[in-house]
Amino acid sequence: MSVGHVAARRKWVQSSIVERSWSRGKGLCLLTANHFEKKLYASLRFLPQMQFMLLFSRQGKLRLQKWYVPLSDKEKKKVTRELVQMVLARKPKMCSFLEWRDLKIIYKRYASLYFCCAIEDQDNELITLEIIHRYVELLDKYFGSVCELDIIFNFEKAYFILDEFLLGGEAQETSKKNVLKAIEQADLLQEVHP
Amino acid sequence: MPAVSKGDGMRGLAVFISDIRNCKSKEAEIKRINKELANIRSKFKGDKALDGYSKKKYVCKLLFIFLLGHDIDFGHMEAVNLLSSNKYTEKQIGYLFISVLVNSNSDLIRLINNAIKNDLSSRNPTFMNLSLHCIANVGSREMAEAFAAEIPHILVAGDTMDSVKQSAALCLLRLYRTSPDLVPVGEWTSRVVHLLNDQHLGVVTAATSLITTLAQKNPDEFKTSVSLAVARLSRIVTSASTDLQDYTYYFVPAPWLSVKLLRLLQCYPPPEDAAIRGRLTECLETILNKAQEPPKSKKIQHSNSKNAVLFEAISLIIHHDSEPTLLVRACNQLGQFLQHRETNLRYLALESMCTLASSEFSHEAVKTHIETVINALKTERDVSVRQRAVDLLYAMCDRSNAQQIVAEMLNYLETADYSIREEIVLKVAILAEKYAVDYTWYVDTILNLIRIAGDYVSEEVWYRVIQIVINRDDVQGYAAKTVFEALQAPACHENLLKVGGYILGEFGNLIAGDPRSSPLIQFNLLHSKFHLCSVPTRALLLSTYIKFINLFPEIKTTIQDVLRSDSQMKNADVELQQRAVEYLRLSCIASTDILATVLEEMPPFPERESSILAKLKKKKGPGKLPDIEDSRKEKHANINGGTEPVNTTTNVKAAPPPSSDLLSLGSPATQNSAPPPATAGSLLVDVFSENNSTPTPGAQLGPVADENFSRFVCKNNGVLFENQLLQIGLKSEFRQNLGRMYVFYGNKTSTQFLNFSTSVVCQDTLKAHILPPKYRQLLGVSCSIASWSTV
Repeated sequence: MSVGHVAARRKWVQSSIVERSWSRGKGLCLLTANHFEKKLYASLRFLPQMQFMLLFSRQGKLRLQKWYVPLSDKEKKKVTRELVQMVLARKPKMCSFLEWRDLKIIYKRYASLYFCCAIEDQDNELITLEIIHRYVELLDKYFGSVCELDIIFNFEKAYFILDEFLLGGEAQETSKKNVLKAIEQADLLQEVHP
Repeated sequence: MPAVSKGDGMRGLAVFISDIRNCKSKEAEIKRINKELANIRSKFKGDKALDGYSKKKYVCKLLFIFLLGHDIDFGHMEAVNLLSSNKYTEKQIGYLFISVLVNSNSDLIRLINNAIKNDLSSRNPTFMNLSLHCIANVGSREMAEAFAAEIPHILVAGDTMDSVKQSAALCLLRLYRTSPDLVPVGEWTSRVVHLLNDQHLGVVTAATSLITTLAQKNPDEFKTSVSLAVARLSRIVTSASTDLQDYTYYFVPAPWLSVKLLRLLQCYPPPEDAAIRGRLTECLETILNKAQEPPKSKKIQHSNSKNAVLFEAISLIIHHDSEPTLLVRACNQLGQFLQHRETNLRYLALESMCTLASSEFSHEAVKTHIETVINALKTERDVSVRQRAVDLLYAMCDRSNAQQIVAEMLNYLETADYSIREEIVLKVAILAEKYAVDYTWYVDTILNLIRIAGDYVSEEVWYRVIQIVINRDDVQGYAAKTVFEALQAPACHENLLKVGGYILGEFGNLIAGDPRSSPLIQFNLLHSKFHLCSVPTRALLLSTYIKFINLFPEIKTTIQDVLRSDSQMKNADVELQQRAVEYLRLSCIASTDILATVLEEMPPFPERESSILAKLKKKKGPGKLPDIEDSRKEKHANINGGTEPVNTTTNVKAAPPPSSDLLSLGSPATQNSAPPPATAGSLLVDVFSENNSTPTPGAQLGPVADENFSRFVCKNNGVLFENQLLQIGLKSEFRQNLGRMYVFYGNKTSTQFLNFSTSVVCQDTLKAHILPPKYRQLLGVSCSIASWSTV
């Protein structure tokens, strides 16, 4: 029990709370996750990570969707619909963190676009806010004063830039210069091999 | 516009996107899309082979259509073809398409994997990155099978470029997350740990993420990363803002990397080496100090990143739970944030304090902020912040402030959001029970709960209050009186009626002396609401009525008339009809003695664990519930493997420390006393003992043993008890009045048991013959009581 501290502690917490219904005649009352939502996310939660990132406009039109966990198309649509509704309903003075199912939603509005990330419970919220900001900075530097139209017409570039910065839901390169350099290099390649 | 002109224009795509945006209606949009799809389909099927540029353009259009939300069922082949182009942009679009539209066609998968393999083995870092990105984005099992063995080598090879190393690390991480069994743990693991010392901070960042995940499952393999992580963290935290150049973010040095390193350290307990531990403590102190310094920039990004590191450091401090000074400092820092202007910080402070509250070092410090938290509960506009405040109040509750906190939570409940009411109800119920010194307060609290939020009071809550009232003589009269008064309110919740009906049925006699609550008045009060409630409640009330017949013979005829009425005897619901008919019959034919025996007062319930906690756990999800008080006591695992029961009203003794012999046999459990850990022997023997109307308490072995034990009612062989060390099996045979039981003890560990002793304790009425113990113990029992067969 000395290493694997976190896992051990969590397991202990769980085991000490497995209860039985004490009322006479009732059987064991087990902790079963029988909700659709829990089933959906239970297997994906075993290690904290970013689950997805969505960009959408004030009218709820999705401009970018990056999924870091395997979900079926139907599930993705459902999630998107729910989330967009929830975030659009938030008022300006509220905090940037929302709880939704088992996840935390970190969102921030830049002009007409909402940037929305879903992280797991144990993840660091503030640093995710800054991930969003860093991504916006990258887009801004690349497109020069980026606006929503840039992302609409150059959607594939938005994905490429995102991939240079975040991979598998984790920040891989946090130096703005390095990310932009990588993208520029790739762009140059087009010039060389037309 | 970017400095490099984008030579790949793709004008056709831009035009198409404009067209879509200009569509005035959904139908127009669909029409335009279908037109385009038909066009692309014909181009793909056409005789003319498409050139790379066109293919790229059409694949990109398909991608755009898909991302709009329409289904695409072709184009995969063309996308895969693009992969083998040696033009970077074409490859790029091909990869993007297949990572967004994942296809499970096995031929395609084979082709894709081939293309990836080619790119991986090319010496071109840009191509390698593309393919690694694709694997990380898709992360399918087939890809894992094909590449999981190769990528670690790319990662640790000396000649791999930094950018490729980064991608390889995170790619491996993704594969590990989806298919952990396919990633071999090999000699590359130690080389990965050394990446923490790399010059390139991007590589360190990626490697840290990878190691953190791998270390969760194989902590021993990556133990060496702790000292490296501490060293690196210490260097970052003490660096000047110009040292790290581009890795400084708004005057905060490498915030992402710091957070990741702190996260990695949370996979391990505090370092044993004193030097490393000292360095880490210094580091954490520096971070805490920096939080007190005036900010270097007014921008929100500066404060966010600085605080991100701070919160992660506090998480680590809480996780280690070993340095009181740090814990108290962390608590004070959070206390300052509780009143910060920014909502985000208040939210996070409330959340972090919740975990702090369960640490014994800082519990007291957390309690000092109770007024601020209560204020937050009342004044915060954001419901999520209020919810955090409720969680924190729950976590910081103990005997000294329980009454205040429960009162505040009840207050809040009156105006709380519907979505969170059930959780608050459960929490109040748990707190009220746990910290009740005076049970009249407990009864009041629960009745208040029902009054305020009756709809959200689940069954577990009101079952519990009845259990407690029945088990405690001192509160029965008070409960009856309170319930009676509460029922007189013009509109009372059905749950109140259930509780009231049950309690009056059991203890109505205690208040029957007062003319204001005479038997007839009690009955009329209940019956006046009879028609307003649902079937289960009515069933309960019918039971109450028959109990009244027993308790108050003077109103027997009144009640019988009610039972006799058509609406009961011919009730559409089978249960109600049956009860009415049977109770009526019972009241007519049974003599008073028999009636009194049948309807005797409910005996005390066995003290078991509360199911309310289970329900709360289910709502919140595992791992989220702060443990009130228990976690402060429990520091090591219980060797008997049993679950630690919540402190119920009678103090159940904690399980014996590991040093005592495994099967510490206590005397057979007696009624109502604090049960000592029960044993295999005594449980067995109890089956043959005299009729005990109460089921024996003493289920200390945990739910598993109970389940096993009860199996022996209908079978003779099986496993009686099992934990990580020991398995006890049982085999028994019976013939007339003779019985024989074989008890097998199995050693599950790889080491020998020393000083293993067993003994069987049984009641005098049975003669037990115990043979000298070996690996199995044979008990022959001859039973001289005839009644055992009727048990």
